[in-house]
Amino acid sequence: MSATTTAPAPKSGGFSLGRLLLEGRAFFALIAIIAVFSALSPNYFTVSNFLIMSSQVAIYGILSVGMLLVILNGGIDLSVGSILALCGVCAGAMMQGVELPWAGVILYPPVWAVVVLTVAIGALVGALNGVLVAFFKVPPFVATLGVMYVARGVALLMTNGLTYNNLRGSEALGNTGFNWLGFNRLWGIPISVIVLAVVAVLAGLMLSRSAFGRWLYASGGNERAAELSGVPTRLVKITVYTVSGALAAVAGLVLASQLTSAGPTAGTTYELTAIAAVVIGGAALTGGRGGVRGTMLGAFVIGFLSAGLVIIGVSSYWQTVFTGAVIVLAVLMNSIQYGRGGRKT
Amino acid sequence: MTRQTQGNPDAREVVLAARNVAKSYGNVHALKGVNFDIHRGQVTTLFGENGAGKSTLMKILSGVIRPTAGQIILDGRPVVFANANEARDRGISIIHQELSLTPNLSVRDNIFMGRELRGPLGVDFAEEERQVHALMEELEEEIDPLTPVEELRLGQQQIVEIARALSVDSRILIMDEPTSALSASEVEVLFKVIRDLTARGVSIVYISHHLEEALTITDHAVVLRDGTMTANAPRADIDLDWIVRNMVGENYDLGSPPDSHRRGVALSIRNLSVPDATGKDLVRGLSLDLRAGEIVCIYGLMGAGRTELLETCAGRLRATGGEIVLEGQEISHLSIAERIARGLALVPEDRQRDGLVQTMSVGQNLSLASIRRFTRGLFTSSRAEKALIDDSIRSVTVKTSGGGAPIGSLSGGNQQKVVIGKMLATKPRVIMLDEPSRGIDIGAKAEVFRLLAQGARQGLAVLYSTSEVGECLSVAHRIIVMHKGRISAEFDCTVSKEKIMAASGESVAA
Ligand SMILES: Nc1ncnc2c1ncn2[C@@H]1O[C@H](COP(=O)(O)OP(=O)(O)OP(=O)(O)O)[C@@H](O)[C@H]1O
Ligand SMILES: [Mg+2]
Repeated sequence: MSATTTAPAPKSGGFSLGRLLLEGRAFFALIAIIAVFSALSPNYFTVSNFLIMSSQVAIYGILSVGMLLVILNGGIDLSVGSILALCGVCAGAMMQGVELPWAGVILYPPVWAVVVLTVAIGALVGALNGVLVAFFKVPPFVATLGVMYVARGVALLMTNGLTYNNLRGSEALGNTGFNWLGFNRLWGIPISVIVLAVVAVLAGLMLSRSAFGRWLYASGGNERAAELSGVPTRLVKITVYTVSGALAAVAGLVLASQLTSAGPTAGTTYELTAIAAVVIGGAALTGGRGGVRGTMLGAFVIGFLSAGLVIIGVSSYWQTVFTGAVIVLAVLMNSIQYGRGGRKT
Repeated sequence: MTRQTQGNPDAREVVLAARNVAKSYGNVHALKGVNFDIHRGQVTTLFGENGAGKSTLMKILSGVIRPTAGQIILDGRPVVFANANEARDRGISIIHQELSLTPNLSVRDNIFMGRELRGPLGVDFAEEERQVHALMEELEEEIDPLTPVEELRLGQQQIVEIARALSVDSRILIMDEPTSALSASEVEVLFKVIRDLTARGVSIVYISHHLEEALTITDHAVVLRDGTMTANAPRADIDLDWIVRNMVGENYDLGSPPDSHRRGVALSIRNLSVPDATGKDLVRGLSLDLRAGEIVCIYGLMGAGRTELLETCAGRLRATGGEIVLEGQEISHLSIAERIARGLALVPEDRQRDGLVQTMSVGQNLSLASIRRFTRGLFTSSRAEKALIDDSIRSVTVKTSGGGAPIGSLSGGNQQKVVIGKMLATKPRVIMLDEPSRGIDIGAKAEVFRLLAQGARQGLAVLYSTSEVGECLSVAHRIIVMHKGRISAEFDCTVSKEKIMAASGESVAA
């Protein structure tokens, strides 16, 4: 009961260093990570390394934007890693040619069609999550856990456990260009990073400036009150899971393109990384609080930390330990911040 | 009232006192050096406008928050409570203004949370249940100890909250608006319990915006205004005028209903039936016509079906039979959002559960139901939104440091005003208000009545549910009494209080 409100009162006066550090924690953590690794290794603080690290972060970043929307709604989406794999495999299958037995032909859809279809598949699987949660009242954790297994299973079935290699396409079939997403650069910046930036900016605009964003924050904060205020809470739910699924598909395409191969076991445990990025970015798992800026910082914290550990030669076991410690620390700080009550997003 | 002869209360022993207590949140000064005494075996009532600092002072005395400056003196010695449990161990307990129950736990578990009774085999549930039964008997309520709290009506939850405080056996019991959701007869019972307690030497602090009701129980009245104590006197020296004068500095008259300008039927309810979870009808074949420009009060006891009726009209609950017709169009199939868009708005009863989004700011809460009004194309216009928010803050007189303040920083009454303001901002043509005066001071109530009357003159239809007879008589053109899901009587505004209460099935106590 009331015992939860016994945290010391915040100091009077507008400015306090502690408060600034607390609110900008993800940002300061990122600065600290960059500073420490730059000091430890001369190879860390270089433009090319930043670009490489960023293109790795892009995959997690795209996933975590979708995850953020779901978490703002008070839900969770455990299926994004599997959707990523499923969509990668679907893209791979289409690149290798779709055989139509009744027509006796093999279709090689152009790359743009592969992209559109793949994103549509991701959105569809996401929408399935949304329908389960919004209409059948399945708890999000359970619904997306189920879909996680099913999607992974389907991906394994489609490929028999094998990986589609060589997705470059061929000139003769008119389906080249798949590796553009993963390899090419625009103004020196990897395409994947640009995709991430576009996704983040769009999501940020939607959250802060559109009616839908307001609906999302409201229904995540108090669904009953939102509903009585005329917020279409079910529509909001289905939309966030659909968008999360579609973004998982985009991430799947980027990953497949970076590797020029698509395997059914890709993206395993990526959903956990995405959740971690959102949490490190200061969003509350109970819904209603958080933002794109924080989530992006969270994704970069995780990405830059693990890349840095690789560069200075720390074993991957220690990497896991460090990542875990950062997550726990982040949640701790979240509870300090929100425990004081009444902070706005 | 009978005990004012017991000598000068000031001469009696002071058990708990605040000395120069101040509390600031940033640059909001909630309390500015207040002295406050609690006398043994007396009821001290604390009056004050919304945001005057009453709850803040009580939270300080009960260890929930700590003062920025000043001292707390318990039995003549200064004390510092680290938290509410420590204060409870010293014999001070508090009933919070906002319910602090855990919804998914049973009544029993809520009452004994954190201090479960130990038996030889872990928790002694049987003994706990026995004690809950005894408490409920004392409060004359029929609430099963094993019901989950979320299945109880708001008023019943408040009873559980009271029972929990009573179960502690404290020397000092602080009640912050314990009766805001209780009916008159339940308040009577509570007062009987309070008299028993004071006779045993327990000291009570009582806060309420029902001034007349509070006067009947008080031994000593204290008035807070803007964080300072403005007046302090024993019962013998005060009356209603004294309180109001000291609270707001002028006299308020809630007045009588505005002239009626009835026009065509705005909302027509025909033969409506609404079942509860078990299929039993809470509203049974009810029919009602509400005209534009008319203010209709629905009076009834708790459980009469008023909330269910209003929530069905708003679209939250589904009816099993009957029709709801808004301005000539059947709307039963429409969603809540569509109903709001057509001008039908509901101010819900439970502000924490149904009214407010706790994670959003005051402004975002106020604008939540009218996002359309400040959306230009794809994006919201922050300028238009700010105008709407400022307008709402002014019209329902919310006391806040600004639209960006977190909703949790508002006093209880001001949060209630936000819920009312949010729905008024949708520019409804029919507005339904479910116990909207819960926790708001008389000034604000007068303001809400004025807004409704003004709306009615311009053709707004108002359906106002209340369990306070006085409110019916000062705002309504027409009074409908509900009893067990049906309309049991209908009166015009010249009827007497007694008649209304009798029709509701209430035993007329006073
Ligand atoms: N956590 C907080 N942060 C900032 N301001 C606060 C906070 N809590 C209370 N206040 C402010 O302190 C003042 C006093 O609030 P308080 O809750 O004590 O009023 P109250 O007298 O109990 O009013 P009501 O009758 O509406 O319950 C208000 O102006 C309120 O906005
Ligand atoms: Mg209060």
